[in-house]
Amino acid sequence: MTSERLSVRKTYKLWIGGAFVRSESGRYDRAGSHNIPRASRKDVRDAVAAARKAAGPWAARTAYNRGQILYRAAEALESDADRFDRAEVAAAVDVLVHYAGWTDKFHAVLGGINPVAAPFLSFSVPEPTGVVGVIAPDEPELLGLVAELAPVLAVGNVVVAILSEQHPLAGLDLAEVLGVADIPGGVVNLLSGRRGELAPALGGHRDLNAIVDAAGEPELSADLDRLASETIKRVRHARAVTSYDAAVDDALERIDAVCELKTAWHPIGA
Amino acid sequence: MTIESRTSIVWEYAPAPESADHVRLKDRYGLFIDGDFREPAQARYMPSINPATEEPIAEVAWAGPDDVNRAVASARAAHPGWAALPALERSKYLFRIARLIQERARELAVVETLDGGKPLRESRDVDIPLAAAHFFHYAGWADKLRYGVNAREVAPLGVVGQIVPWNFPLLMAAWKLAPALACGNTAILKPAETTPLTALLLAEICREAELPAGVVTILPGDGATGAALVRAPGVDKIAFTGSTAVGRDIQAALAGRDTRLTLELGGKSANIVFEDAALDQAVEGIVNGIFFNQGHVCCAGSRLLIQESVLDEVIAKLWRRMGLLRIGDPLDKNTDVGAINSAEQLQRIETLVAAGEEEGALRRTVACELPERGYWFAPTLFTDVSPAHRIAVEEIFGPVVSVLSFRTQAEAIEKANNSRYGLAAGIWTDKGAKAFEVASALKAGVVWQNTYNHFDPTAAFGGYKESGFGREGGPGGLRPYLRVLS
Repeated sequence: MTSERLSVRKTYKLWIGGAFVRSESGRYDRAGSHNIPRASRKDVRDAVAAARKAAGPWAARTAYNRGQILYRAAEALESDADRFDRAEVAAAVDVLVHYAGWTDKFHAVLGGINPVAAPFLSFSVPEPTGVVGVIAPDEPELLGLVAELAPVLAVGNVVVAILSEQHPLAGLDLAEVLGVADIPGGVVNLLSGRRGELAPALGGHRDLNAIVDAAGEPELSADLDRLASETIKRVRHARAVTSYDAAVDDALERIDAVCELKTAWHPIGA
Repeated sequence: MTIESRTSIVWEYAPAPESADHVRLKDRYGLFIDGDFREPAQARYMPSINPATEEPIAEVAWAGPDDVNRAVASARAAHPGWAALPALERSKYLFRIARLIQERARELAVVETLDGGKPLRESRDVDIPLAAAHFFHYAGWADKLRYGVNAREVAPLGVVGQIVPWNFPLLMAAWKLAPALACGNTAILKPAETTPLTALLLAEICREAELPAGVVTILPGDGATGAALVRAPGVDKIAFTGSTAVGRDIQAALAGRDTRLTLELGGKSANIVFEDAALDQAVEGIVNGIFFNQGHVCCAGSRLLIQESVLDEVIAKLWRRMGLLRIGDPLDKNTDVGAINSAEQLQRIETLVAAGEEEGALRRTVACELPERGYWFAPTLFTDVSPAHRIAVEEIFGPVVSVLSFRTQAEAIEKANNSRYGLAAGIWTDKGAKAFEVASALKAGVVWQNTYNHFDPTAAFGGYKESGFGREGGPGGLRPYLRVLS
């Protein structure tokens, strides 16, 4: 009797605060032949809290260091390319490489010295807005997610993302890839579950600074706008990115949408 | 409440009122639509009141929903021609406006002071020159827009609706109109209900500059006019400066719509005095930070954070300095603190100050003679303030400063950032490295070291968190008015 080797299945988990965890609710959904966690509103709150904790240190990293970490994420994704759709993963890697190079350049492009008519050194510098919520599109499940994460991270924000509801496995696999890319715990948090439940919980969270909504659902977009208004969050509605070009053509708008321009005035002379 | 007697001034000032002889105000103003003053659809004229005397200055038409629709149609019709104009020609119109503001500066300053109550010294030296400077700066951008967005092709948005507050009426109109027009948009400006007059003079200036009809529309009115403008179909962008409460309503009203939005809202800005600061200079900065324009300033340094080691000394110096402030006739060139803008605002200040006393903070108000008529509030200092007190959390928008103390730099940063707002901050220290470190740690859109309330058209202004989003000034002020064509 010949026995075939029994494969070892993977338990898919949420990625919150650098840890791979089940939903605190104990709920799950089916995705293909897998069980995946169905995150709860409490998981969203936990993720935002973890992100807030990680926000200061991540923003304080040098631009050079953040660039290297994003480049390492590209390396890790390339080496794990077999886990993903071939065309999508190539574009996603390239998007990460592109934004890895932005970390030490957007300051010069969006900010600079202000030639004020008074004896001051005045300059404006873009800074990360803080904790950003990303609502990923359903498709393409990997590229559509990476294209929204990369610019947000490049400028020094931290992210809580709601993955594609229809195709969550690529996002959950991506968590494992990013988990070995030197990204500090809490900088990226990825949640699978029902978008209709999670996105409003995330968008209405008072400790969230901005929302990037790529879900492409008009009703949800309007809901997110209304929720955002309660604490004057910045909102960018985006179309799902389906190519490398679409992810980088408007790179500055993507970066600008999650930046705060700070103007400092320092005296010259007495 | 403790009212301490003010330090006596050893010399007397003779009254030095600026003459209003050269001011040419009409008795009644219509709506500025399609290049001329028009009757409103429903005849509703409201007096604009001088808050220093409670006397009416002129009657002003308030726009209703029909007028808003008419204005949008006119601005839409004007847009293709304005956008198609060679950029240098657009630029030249804006240079003309800048020059006309300079030519009529004295008149504009007097009207600003009559209508809003601010000291003439401020309208003459700050509001009007800066308004002209903004037009001058953005005039030069009109034919260089692609360099403002890194050499990419751009297009205007179309018709923009702009709602401005009563604290810097002409200056805020300039901050809104200049970049919008430079980018090739047509604009509908709604001035504040208590201060419409300089915007109407600006309408005259647009006519003198021969600006094509419909490029600039001025629609005076109250909150209902603003709400109608926000919701009007055919408006591609709203820019609002005002309270966070109204900003929130506007953001919610635009939910699910394709209308772009920028908001410049309230603040509770921290002014941080370190023990190594030049304290006398810092005291001057504290006074400028909170008593400039009666504290009707979104970025006012209303939370004064003083290092414990110099707390008593700074408060003593500040209190002595406050006693020297001259409060009264805004038209007098020696006046430091003018009239509160409206009865409504005076009541808001009184309510919050009363809350400060009820919650246990120690109030000191400068004892001085205030005019019998008009709206006045004497400069006020609160000590023994806890970070949870309403006067430490809520925007008072008046000449009231709340003092908190700190021991370490880390504590100063934490307390400064402990606010839902994030508009501005001040740092007083003679140590350069410390100033840069603290400035970078503050969640505030503008950080001033050893100065306060300094503005410039080349320098971006705008807030973090619930102080709004979007920036005004410099190339960052162009982006909200442009579509980048990929």
